[in-house]
Amino acid sequence: MRGQSNFGAPVSGVSRRDVLKFGGAAALSFAAVPLLAGCSSGGSSGGSSGPGSITFGSNYSDPAPKSAFGDLTKAATKSTGVKIDVNTVDHNTFQNNITSYLQGTPNDLFTWFAGYRMQVFADQGLIEPIDDVWDKIGKNFPDSAKALSKGTDGHYYIVPIYNYPWVVFYNKSTFQEKGYEIPTTWDQMITLCKKMQSDGLIPFAFGQQDGWPALGTFDIINLRLNGFEYHMKLMQHKVPWTDSKVTDVFNKWAELMPYVQPGATGRIWQDAVKTLEAKKAGMMFQGTNQVAAQYVTDNADLDDLDFFVYPEIDPTWGQDYMDAPADGFCLAKKAKNVDPAKKVLEYIGTGQAEAAYLKNDKWDVALANDADVPSYNAIQKKSVEVIKACKNVAQFLDRDSDPGFADNTVAAAVDKFINSPTPATIKSIQSSLEAQAKTVFTAQH
Amino acid sequence: MTTISSTQASTAATTSGGKRRAGGVRPGRIAAHTFMIIMAFAWVLPLLFALYISFRPISSTAKYGYVSLPIGGLTFANYVNAWTQGEIGHYLINSAIITIPAVLITLLFASAVGFVISQVKMRGRLVLLIIFTAGNLLPQQALITPLYRIFLSIPLPNWLSSSGLMYDSLFGLIVINVTFQLGFCVFVLSNYMTTIPGELYEAALVDGASLWRRFWNVTLPICRPALAALGTLLTIWIYNDFFWATVLMSTGSKRPITSALNNLQGQFVSNQNVIAAAALIAAVPTLIVYLVLQRQFVAGLALGATKG
Amino acid sequence: MTETEKQAALGPDAASAAPTPRRRRRALRLTKRDRVLLIVLLGIPLLADLAFVWFPAVTSVVLSFTSWNGVGAIQPWVGTQEYKFAFTVDPQFWPAVLHNIIWVLVFGLIATPLGMLFAVILDRNLKGSRIYQSVFFLPVMLSLALIGIIWELMYSQNYGLINTLLGRTGSDAINWIGNPDLNLWAVLVAASWRQVGYVMILYLAGLKGVDASLREAAQIDGANPWQTFWRVIFPVLKPINIVIIVITVIESLRAYDIIYIMSHGTVLPGLELLSMLVTQYIIGQTTRIGYGSALATVLLVIALVPIIIFLVQSFRKDEKA
Repeated sequence: MRGQSNFGAPVSGVSRRDVLKFGGAAALSFAAVPLLAGCSSGGSSGGSSGPGSITFGSNYSDPAPKSAFGDLTKAATKSTGVKIDVNTVDHNTFQNNITSYLQGTPNDLFTWFAGYRMQVFADQGLIEPIDDVWDKIGKNFPDSAKALSKGTDGHYYIVPIYNYPWVVFYNKSTFQEKGYEIPTTWDQMITLCKKMQSDGLIPFAFGQQDGWPALGTFDIINLRLNGFEYHMKLMQHKVPWTDSKVTDVFNKWAELMPYVQPGATGRIWQDAVKTLEAKKAGMMFQGTNQVAAQYVTDNADLDDLDFFVYPEIDPTWGQDYMDAPADGFCLAKKAKNVDPAKKVLEYIGTGQAEAAYLKNDKWDVALANDADVPSYNAIQKKSVEVIKACKNVAQFLDRDSDPGFADNTVAAAVDKFINSPTPATIKSIQSSLEAQAKTVFTAQH
Repeated sequence: MTTISSTQASTAATTSGGKRRAGGVRPGRIAAHTFMIIMAFAWVLPLLFALYISFRPISSTAKYGYVSLPIGGLTFANYVNAWTQGEIGHYLINSAIITIPAVLITLLFASAVGFVISQVKMRGRLVLLIIFTAGNLLPQQALITPLYRIFLSIPLPNWLSSSGLMYDSLFGLIVINVTFQLGFCVFVLSNYMTTIPGELYEAALVDGASLWRRFWNVTLPICRPALAALGTLLTIWIYNDFFWATVLMSTGSKRPITSALNNLQGQFVSNQNVIAAAALIAAVPTLIVYLVLQRQFVAGLALGATKG
Repeated sequence: MTETEKQAALGPDAASAAPTPRRRRRALRLTKRDRVLLIVLLGIPLLADLAFVWFPAVTSVVLSFTSWNGVGAIQPWVGTQEYKFAFTVDPQFWPAVLHNIIWVLVFGLIATPLGMLFAVILDRNLKGSRIYQSVFFLPVMLSLALIGIIWELMYSQNYGLINTLLGRTGSDAINWIGNPDLNLWAVLVAASWRQVGYVMILYLAGLKGVDASLREAAQIDGANPWQTFWRVIFPVLKPINIVIIVITVIESLRAYDIIYIMSHGTVLPGLELLSMLVTQYIIGQTTRIGYGSALATVLLVIALVPIIIFLVQSFRKDEKA
């Protein structure tokens, strides 16, 4: 466009400049386009540094855990003198951005998950080993917790703070009123579901919009049907996803689907808990960290809430295993204030610190041997027992397998299954999962 | 037909057209009104619904659902809650710190480039225009991975960025917003400037004006209407940016309001009433900008259309 | 029309009494100082644009030939392996392409005509047309993130306005966001809510620029308003139509934040879109930058077609001149 040329003779009644003007309007429009949105980025950074002060990236964005986390950092400051600057980021966002976050400008300490989901990042050199911290706190923890805290290289990378069981929740009042019995086998559970349905209840409340809650159901059925060893092998893609034992898991799950709250893919789990709170649903299978915490957030009747361990499917394994994920804290490789951060981690690895965290947390349980938590409620006391009764605990599908593969690929496949639990779907998602797993597990490891 | 006369004719027609057509077919106008009223109602409904929910106490909506009479009354509590616990005010300030300089700098640079393209005889002007315009049209996702690394590798002094990097700094967000919006503004302004009559410059030339004076004292004042319209649009677009801020800003508390809403959604996930209140507060600044500048905006758009 | 608006509509031409041939201003000569200024005025924005837009775009293409995981050195080079994965293995890829196409079609065949209709009606100087205009333009002022939040309230399964009005909030509730047969359409309604206002404003601006004598001539010839519009006005609006086609395609390819908000950041079946997949792989817990970049390149290539059409349309005439 050079000067004058726009001002040529009219073209079919419209002058050239009219023509160009439309171009301008057009351009206007483009610019409006930029509203793409986005994703995330981890939490981090910034804050003050210097001796005796650290920054702490937190994904405890929900109100209840956020305040419990606040109690912990306050107690840590009091005990160690280290000033802690907390950077809270929405947990989904935080998790999705973890890779970029750790390579960017991470906080000194950050909240994370034990198990393979930590090991992946430790292997990539994004987390700093903390063996010296464990030299001091090791005596506080049972061997199971120690195993969870180590990377594949045998070094320690995380200080766990609590864990919690994945179990079946129900309201005591509902079971009393209707005379329901706690099921201990799969058949008893299906019978109970039928009874609930005829009583006008939704047997299982269910919300899967966030992509991950349904993975817990896959885990537990696999653990019950095929045992712990097999489950962990599948998670590491040491057995193929097309294996007939995986088909068995989906088939079993399909038996349960008629009793599960419909429309789960369009419901967040928080809303599913509300269905249980409102006594419109009879049961809900999820972690105490979600269900009990939501009861507290909503001021629902926590005393009415109770749970039982997922029923036995194959007597070979009984009720030996469950998902009991542990959360904790890691030191970023790029941390700027390593020494004060380690001081804080040493404090967190004490029973005293776990008790400080759990003072206002009514749903998780401490991992440290020496944790004395007088504030435990019935749910927490029972949680300790059921976890102890297990021969082994898994972490969760997205903690035991490659997290990206779990949250993108397996979650999408499971969503498809939930929308249409037919043999054809099962077949197609199994072969698709296997094809993708091949790429993911060879490309990255 | 010269350009001038055609524009004047069209202006005249628009002015008189209202009266002429007002006398037109009545049933047609009634039908048009009915249609527009129904559509307008459908258009505001989602906003009114969100507004209604934002004034309802959570205890009431939890019990009776969102669609119910205002049992339990209406309340400002959700707004108070969003403002205090959600710290909306803080995020609005972040938005202002990013948006205001970004808009001004974009306009300055875009008019400079537009000026050069339209007024200075040099080769490659078309190429320049294409570089800027096309750059504005690329999908943001196609740029983000390398951009992210670039931002991570550019150090900034501490007074400019507490992270010490372009990444995770308000300055970085200003830079990317300016860069990304430049193309469009260059396109509009260079088109606009080509219509500036040469004799204005001749007068300046006689005075011995430098290039800068020609730009600053002659071109810019003439472009004022276009700058006002662009300024309005840029404010809306930059304020509403979600993607850059979510990816290039890792500190939750440094985010501007639009991307911070996502954090709030996590924080109040089971309390849609507060989320609705927060979302509506976030809409206020652009609405004010639109209402205040409505005249200039509509005129400017028509002008963008005529001059583009 | 007020004086200011008239002034604005007339633009700088109004300031000069008589247009003189413009070629004369080419007589300007640059001094040395001018050249320095030129380099600064042009250099900074150009450098920024090249560094932060074009360089990343090209680099994305380069990265698509690796299967880099985003950590450490960029490697390994795998040729077109990631593209093969997209075309043959990834079950989300083709649905994403299909959904992007549906998005284009809905915007093009429903949102755009509706926006045109609004513009045509408002252009007839209906009483209260400024109010209507503001109402329809309102959603354009809002961010898509915010629109996502507002429409989540409409679509909420057990609490939302739509299901309540339909009387289906119990176990027969319609799963607007989760049902893969419905969710894309539900989101498209929300996205169109904004797009219609956008198209309307552009058309309105276009219509204001149409030479009034055309309309009058058509009316004198006895054409009814319908014929006048389609036979006389619409052809004249060809340039703006092209612009709108380009916007429609670009907006559809960029569609992202509204889905991100409404599906809580996950890729739900039925809501796969290229932009969502790209983001999932390049900004996820474990990143597959190579694969994400391959998807981004696909997106880039599709986007370049309308961009080129647009640029050719805009600049062709200048080149002739």
